[in-house]
Amino acid sequence: MSINVSFTLNGEAVSAHVASRTLLVEMIREHLGRTGTHVGCDTSQCGACVIHVNGRSVKSCTMLAAQADGAEIVTIEGVAKNGQLHPMQEAFREHHGLQCGFCTPGMIMSALDLVKQNPDPSEKEIREWLEGNLCRCTGYHNIVRAIKAGADSMRVG
Amino acid sequence: MYEFNYHRPTSLDEARKILGDNDEAKLLAGGMTLLPTMKMRLASPSDLVDLSNIEGLADIIDSGDAIEVGAMVCHAEVAASDVVRAAIPALSDLANSIGDAQVRNRGTIGGSVANSDPAADYPAAVLGLNAVVKTDRREISADDYFKALFETALEPGEIVISVRFARPKRAAYSKFPNPASRYAIVGVMVAETTEGIRVAVTGAAGCAYRATAMEDALSKDFSAGALEGIAVDAADLLSDLHASAEYRAHLVGVMARRAVRQLIA
Ligand SMILES: Cc1cc2nc3c(=O)[nH]c(=O)nc-3n(C[C@H](O)[C@H](O)[C@H](O)COP(=O)(O)OP(=O)(O)OC[C@H]3O[C@@H](n4cnc5c(N)ncnc54)[C@H](O)[C@@H]3O)c2cc1C
Ligand code: FES
Ligand code: FES
Repeated sequence: MSINVSFTLNGEAVSAHVASRTLLVEMIREHLGRTGTHVGCDTSQCGACVIHVNGRSVKSCTMLAAQADGAEIVTIEGVAKNGQLHPMQEAFREHHGLQCGFCTPGMIMSALDLVKQNPDPSEKEIREWLEGNLCRCTGYHNIVRAIKAGADSMRVG
Repeated sequence: MYEFNYHRPTSLDEARKILGDNDEAKLLAGGMTLLPTMKMRLASPSDLVDLSNIEGLADIIDSGDAIEVGAMVCHAEVAASDVVRAAIPALSDLANSIGDAQVRNRGTIGGSVANSDPAADYPAAVLGLNAVVKTDRREISADDYFKALFETALEPGEIVISVRFARPKRAAYSKFPNPASRYAIVGVMVAETTEGIRVAVTGAAGCAYRATAMEDALSKDFSAGALEGIAVDAADLLSDLHASAEYRAHLVGVMARRAVRQLIA
């Protein structure tokens, strides 16, 4: 069965004709050409595919494109504004929160959801929140520092 | 994943009709269990009936002596709900201990209870708190609901509408999580309800069950010490790469005592 799926992607109305088994991440990467969202495991474990759907972080490899019809979606491409890195992105750069960078889009989208709910998270809260985001390079310390610093500069605004 | 027909009905009647017309149709809630299963081709439904557009399935209602959680309420909403926190803090904590933030943002109580994974957390709450599973056809009491591995009292096509939890006098949940997935290797809910003490165990056996010997002991003496020496038989417990049946049997005692200590502290 082929269906038409429309949603708002980073503020822009988009749509595509897809097979109903198409995953949301597949539609975003392959049909809409936004490849900032990564697929690490395809088994709901690693968090490389985390995006925001209606303001909440979700694993886009474990959602059908069809389930996102009508939704408001933000991916890593929608985070920087006017060519300026978002403070959370800037904090990852500043604190070496990445090495290969594969996990980074998911880390940042996940971190932004945390900070929305908890503007001043403790180190422990950040580590607990990152349960669903795996990184094979950094050992997490700098990611945690980056999120703390990103949250700090977002509060200062 | 094999191809299927996707439906997003706006009423229960419409959902029921699609289920009735297609033997191989399946309900889709948060998809956090069903979609991975379909990717592995362990399930290949002809049709998916997405419940997300049906009104009235995603509310948390406080009726004084009970709270009713709609089937489509996600784990994150249960964890964040002031109503749940005020009535049954153990249920908030349990919801917050499920998987990770993204799983909690999608996965639902209805999906968890319908699926009855042996390692899922909610079954311990449903059974321990003597909840009632409300479906589109009837109300099923917790004691009649969990049958066996991935098997519940639900009939084919029966839709879970909500789960109603009577306010306990006190309750605590303690789990030993799998360090990777956070699923319960063993989780124990200890509750003092208006009808007495209940101890429900998840993770250890094919489905959630009540530890009646522990309930009897705690009814006489509500202390962690009262549980010392109650043997848990490993014969019927699960054994896998995460934990042997003997280890799970041991953990049932440890988690039960931890839950009791939380309540006494
Ligand atoms: C990485 C990861 C970690 C996890 N960790 C945990 C954990 O620590 N603890 C835990 O308890 N769970 C865990 N889960 C499972 C998670 O909680 C699931 O969300 C839940 O078990 C199923 O809910 P769902 O809404 O996603 O259901 P779906 O996947 O949409 O559906 C599951 C099944 O229930 C049926 N169903 C759904 N809704 C209804 C309904 N209203 N009436 C009748 N049938 C229905 C579906 O047809 C399907 O067969 C984890 C999952 C993942 C991917
Ligand atoms: S690709 Fe989605 S969780 Fe790994
Ligand atoms: S930086 Fe390489 S996986 Fe995280």
